[in-house]
Amino acid sequence: MTNEIIRLVGKKDLFIQGDEATVYGALLADCKFFAGYPITPATEVAEGMAIWMPKLGRVCVQMEDEIASIAAVIGASCTGVRAMTATSGPGFSLMQECIGYACMAETPCVIVNVQRGGPSTGQPTEAAQGDIMQTMWGTHGDHQIIALAPKSVQETLDLTIEAFNLSDDYRVPVVVLLDAELGHMREKVVLPEVKNIKVEEKIKSNIESDNFKPYRKHFKKSSKIPNFKHFGLGYKTYITGLTHDERGFPVTTSAEVHEDLVTRLIDKILDDIDNVWYYEDYLIDDAEIMVISYGITSRPAASAVKMAREKGIKVGHIRLITIWPFNYEKIKELLKNVHTVIVPEMNLGQMIHPIREVVGKDVKVILAPRIGGAIHSPKEIFKYIGEVKP
Amino acid sequence: MSFISNKKIIEKYLRKGMFPTIFCTGCGIGGVMNFTLRAIYDLNIDIDTTVFVSGIGCSSRVPGYIDSDGLHTLHGRAIAYATGVKLANPNLNVIVFTGDGDCGAIGGNHFLHAIRRNVDLTVISINNFIYGMTGGQVAPTTPIKSKTSTTPYGNIEYPFDLSILAKVIGAPYVARWTTAHPGQCISSIKNALQKPGFSFVEVLSPCPTFYGRLNKMGTALDMTKHLKESTINVKLYEKILAEGNTTDKMVIGELVNTDKEDFGTKYKRFCGELK
Ligand SMILES: Cc1ncc(C[n+]2csc(CCOP(=O)(O)OP(=O)(O)O)c2C)c(N)n1
Ligand code: SF4
Repeated sequence: MTNEIIRLVGKKDLFIQGDEATVYGALLADCKFFAGYPITPATEVAEGMAIWMPKLGRVCVQMEDEIASIAAVIGASCTGVRAMTATSGPGFSLMQECIGYACMAETPCVIVNVQRGGPSTGQPTEAAQGDIMQTMWGTHGDHQIIALAPKSVQETLDLTIEAFNLSDDYRVPVVVLLDAELGHMREKVVLPEVKNIKVEEKIKSNIESDNFKPYRKHFKKSSKIPNFKHFGLGYKTYITGLTHDERGFPVTTSAEVHEDLVTRLIDKILDDIDNVWYYEDYLIDDAEIMVISYGITSRPAASAVKMAREKGIKVGHIRLITIWPFNYEKIKELLKNVHTVIVPEMNLGQMIHPIREVVGKDVKVILAPRIGGAIHSPKEIFKYIGEVKP
Repeated sequence: MSFISNKKIIEKYLRKGMFPTIFCTGCGIGGVMNFTLRAIYDLNIDIDTTVFVSGIGCSSRVPGYIDSDGLHTLHGRAIAYATGVKLANPNLNVIVFTGDGDCGAIGGNHFLHAIRRNVDLTVISINNFIYGMTGGQVAPTTPIKSKTSTTPYGNIEYPFDLSILAKVIGAPYVARWTTAHPGQCISSIKNALQKPGFSFVEVLSPCPTFYGRLNKMGTALDMTKHLKESTINVKLYEKILAEGNTTDKMVIGELVNTDKEDFGTKYKRFCGELK
C-alpha cells in the first residue's frame, strides 16, 4: 500500500498541514470512500481527498450537507470498505444522530473533526478544544466511542491510520480530533510503512438467514465484538438503529434485550481499554504536581513542565492520546502520588470533569483555560505550576 | 404481470422470523412490498446482491420483512445512506423504501440531490398523505383542508407533488400509481429497476388507521376506490389539456422515461481518464 501511495504522491517526505496529514493517513489505510461537506478549518481534507481518491479509483463525493456525508460513509461501510468524513463544529453537531446510529449498528467509520471556536458558527478560523464532551456525549443515549487527539502533523497521519484499525477492530466510530491550529500548521512528515491492512473475506454464504446472527457476541478478541458480514455476500444482513436482538431484528420493548445490547456496545471497548488507550508520560516518577493535556496544548504543556523542572519543581506531564474512552483506573494509578493536577484546555473546562471525578477530594485539580483562538504559551502554563502551594 | 401465487412470493422472499408485520389491517404498504417482490421475481434479480434501504416510518419497515441485505436507517436519511452503499459497491442493486414524510420533508434535500447527481437507485415512495408511524400528523403531501392530528381544523399549507418534483429536477424515470393499480405498479417498478440512474416510483396508498379515520373516508376498500377516482392517467390528462380543459385530479402513469448516464458510471469513467 505505502509504495503505491509514494509512487502516486512522488515522494515519501512531505511538508504538509495537519488536515492534509489525515488525507495521506486515509490513503495509506486503504480508505475507499470519502464523503464530506466544506467547512473551515477542515475543508483541506475534502480538497486533498478530491485530488487523490479518483486517481486511485476510490470514491470521493461532496454531499449536500454533513448529515448526508456521514450517512453515505456509514452506507459505504456496510459494503465492507473503509470510509471517512471530515468536518468542524457546526458539521459535527449535524452528524450526531448518525454517529449514534453507527454506534448502535456497529458500523466502522472514521470522522475527522478539526475543532474551531464555538458555540454556533463561532470563530471559523480559530483553534479550540470545545468539542471534547460533544465527541463523547453528543449523540443521545448510552454508548461508547473512541477518540484520538494528535499533537503534531506526523502524529495526525499515524493516528488517522490507527483510527481505521480501531474502528474496524471494535466496530465503532472513531473520531480524530484536531483543531484549527494543528489542521493548518505545516510540518515535515514521513509516510510510514503500512502493513497488515485487513482484507475482509468475500466468500458468499449459504447460511439460512434466520440462523445468521450478525450481532452475536464472542467472536473476536474482546469477545463482545460481533462478527458482522457486509452487504452483497448473501448473509442477508439486516441493520437497524432500533434496539435489536442477535439476528439484528428490532425488539424495542424488552428491557432485557435493550440492556444486553447497550451494555455490550460499551463493554466491548471498556473490557479491552488498555489496548485502545494510548498515552505518554514525562517525568512522572517523583512528580507531586501533574499537568494533564491532550492535542496541540500538549506542546506548550511539555515546555512548561521542562521549565518548571529546571526550577526544581517536581512536576510531571501526562498526555492523553486516546481521549475517549477515559481510562479511570490507569489515570487514578498514575496520579496516586500527586497533590495537584493542572489541566490546560482550549475551552472553559471539559476534560477536567472526568479528571476531578477520578482523583476525588484529596487532590486539587486546577483548570488552565484558554478560549478565543490562540494556543497556551508555555509561560502561561508554567505560571499555573509555579503558583501551586503544597 | 407475474402469474405467481402470494404463497410462493412469501416462501421465496420473506423473512419469516420477522412476522407478523407491524402494518394495520387494510394498510396499503404490504401491497407495495408485494408489487416490488413480483417485479424482482419477473426480472429474476439476484436477491443476494440486492440491498433494501429505508428511513423511519411505517413504509420504512418494508426492508425488515424481505429476506435480503437491509439497511433501516434514520428518519429522512435513507437516500443518503443508499448513495454510500451504491457508490461503494456499484454491483449491488439498491432499492429504497421511503414514506412521503421521510422522502419529502426531513429527507427532502437528500431526495433532490440524489436526483441531481443521478445516483443509480430505485426509490419507491409510499405516499399515504400523512405521518402514519407517529400517529397521523400533517405531511408535506397532505392535501389542503385534510384533517390530521396536527391540523385538527384542516390543513392550510400547499402540498408537495413528489413525482413532479422528481421530474423537474431531472430524474430519468418517474412513475406514479395507486395501490388500486397492481399491474401498472409492477410494470413501472420493473422499468425502474432496469433503468440506470435515479428512478422514482410513487405509490398512493391508503392509511385507514389515521388518514382514513380522521377524514371519515370509510374502509380501506372505500379509500382505494377513492384513490382510483381522484387520479387521472397521464395520457388522458394530456388529452384534456390539449382540448383546453383542466382537472384537479392527481396525474398517474409513467411520467418520465429517458436515458441519462448515472453518477457511478460517470465517476468510474472519470477516474479512468485521470489515470
Ligand atoms: C429525527 C426524527 N424526527 C422525528 C422522528 C419521528 N418520526 C418517525 S416516523 C415519522 C413520520 C413518518 O411519516 P412518513 O415518512 O410519511 O411514513 P409513514 O409512517 O406514513 O409510512 C416521524 C415524524 C424520528 N424518528 N426521527
Ligand atoms: S398507521 Fe397507517 S401507514 Fe402505518 S401501518 Fe397503519 S395504516 Fe399503514
